[in-house]
Amino acid sequence: MISIKQLHKRFGRQEVLKGIDLHFSAGEGLALIGPNGSGKTTLIKCLLGLNTIRQDQIQFNGQDIFGQSAYRKSIGYMPQISRFPEQMRVKELFMLMKSIRTEVSNYDTDLFEAFEIEALYPKKMGLLSGGMRQKVSAALAFLFHPDVLILDEPTAGLDPVSNEMLKEKLRKTIHQENKLVLITSHVLNDLDDIASRLVYLMEGRVLFDKQLTDLQAETSENRLNAMIATFLRKQTSHG
Amino acid sequence: MGKIIQFLATDLVKNKTIIFYLLFLWVTGFGLISLQGQSEKILLALLNISILVVPMVCLVFSIIYFYNMYEFLLLLHAQPLARSTLLVSFYTSLSLVLTGVYLLGLGLPVYFSDAGGVGLLLLLTGSLWNLIFIGLALLMAIWASDRTKGMGFSLLIWVYFVLLFDGLVLLLMYNFNEYPIEKLVLYISFLNPLDLGRILVLMQTDAAALMGYSGAVFQKVFSETWGKGLVLVLLLLWALIPFSVSIRWFNKKDL
Repeated sequence: MISIKQLHKRFGRQEVLKGIDLHFSAGEGLALIGPNGSGKTTLIKCLLGLNTIRQDQIQFNGQDIFGQSAYRKSIGYMPQISRFPEQMRVKELFMLMKSIRTEVSNYDTDLFEAFEIEALYPKKMGLLSGGMRQKVSAALAFLFHPDVLILDEPTAGLDPVSNEMLKEKLRKTIHQENKLVLITSHVLNDLDDIASRLVYLMEGRVLFDKQLTDLQAETSENRLNAMIATFLRKQTSHG
Repeated sequence: MGKIIQFLATDLVKNKTIIFYLLFLWVTGFGLISLQGQSEKILLALLNISILVVPMVCLVFSIIYFYNMYEFLLLLHAQPLARSTLLVSFYTSLSLVLTGVYLLGLGLPVYFSDAGGVGLLLLLTGSLWNLIFIGLALLMAIWASDRTKGMGFSLLIWVYFVLLFDGLVLLLMYNFNEYPIEKLVLYISFLNPLDLGRILVLMQTDAAALMGYSGAVFQKVFSETWGKGLVLVLLLLWALIPFSVSIRWFNKKDL
């Protein structure tokens, strides 16, 4: 579905991504993890075209995304920090988005209803709390039935109940609707029953890329946190 | 694109600064009419107001608006919209609203001052200035991600075109007044859209007679139809070139 070939990205003198090769396919729940500054957000921004890339570095369904924008109709994106124009009302946002995406006529309103977004309709974006803005952002990401969902730190700022709702929706999206979900998160416990594959980035390189079941077998641990800790310890002790 | 322009234009019209700008234009415009009887003097005063106010409002307002709407831009960018579509929408809605306010704000005073054809020429020139300086503001906003830097440089552009450029031309004319530099001064004025427009409007009034020998050279060019046409084309180029450069830069920018 998405294949990344030798992706390098530098900002000025600093090289943030040092040659990433990855392939993602439908039905995967992919957890993109790594320490701060390892290049997770940069990688996501490259996928979304927010950061410019060169030709033949990223392909989406076999098509080079260089200079393209049409492929983004199959992507739902929830950014790390959702910021909207302060004066904009929630209703205006949804109306505008729907009017831009006229090709979609049936909307995925699961999260929209679960988060009770309609009750926020008359409110201005500037007056919403950080968590409420995250909810709006999440509902918007799912609204147009995208084939790929990209969520950058989705659980930061959400209350536990909403967090569970989002996770439930994600599970459904991956297992029943067979879509690709790409999540970055530091809260590994949140990824436990969503992720089926782990990609660990470290200083702009892929340190490891494993199916969860393999990792489980290798480390004989159950929890994601412990698995990664054990695995990393093994790696470093082997040199 | 239409929907985005519609949304942004509505957002802009509701903006308090825009309403204040319109009121300011009306107050100064009608104030001048009540103080002055002669339509030509009113026209010259309106010309000077345009030169001072239009570039500043366009540069400062557009650049602040762009930075304020940056998040919105990112939000729209996640949708299947080309980057050039986004920038063209921003430029179009800013141009529509700011030029509209300018035409409404000075158009009524010009209409009541019985200025006739020259008044229309002033409004046309002023509208082109709007397009030019909104383009320059977007260029600065895209070039500088740092807001302070973008703002600083856009103010520098304003000072340069309104004050510094004229000073440099005067210095040149003063130092080389023994040489026939009138033609050269004419070409140099092409480098400043404000001067170009100012001379174009001035030459259609009686004030042109006060401008001496270089005035005579200007008169020859700017009062002919082809000369006026040339100036308008040059002003259009001044609007198009910075904007097309800003599209090119925006396409290559890491957002």
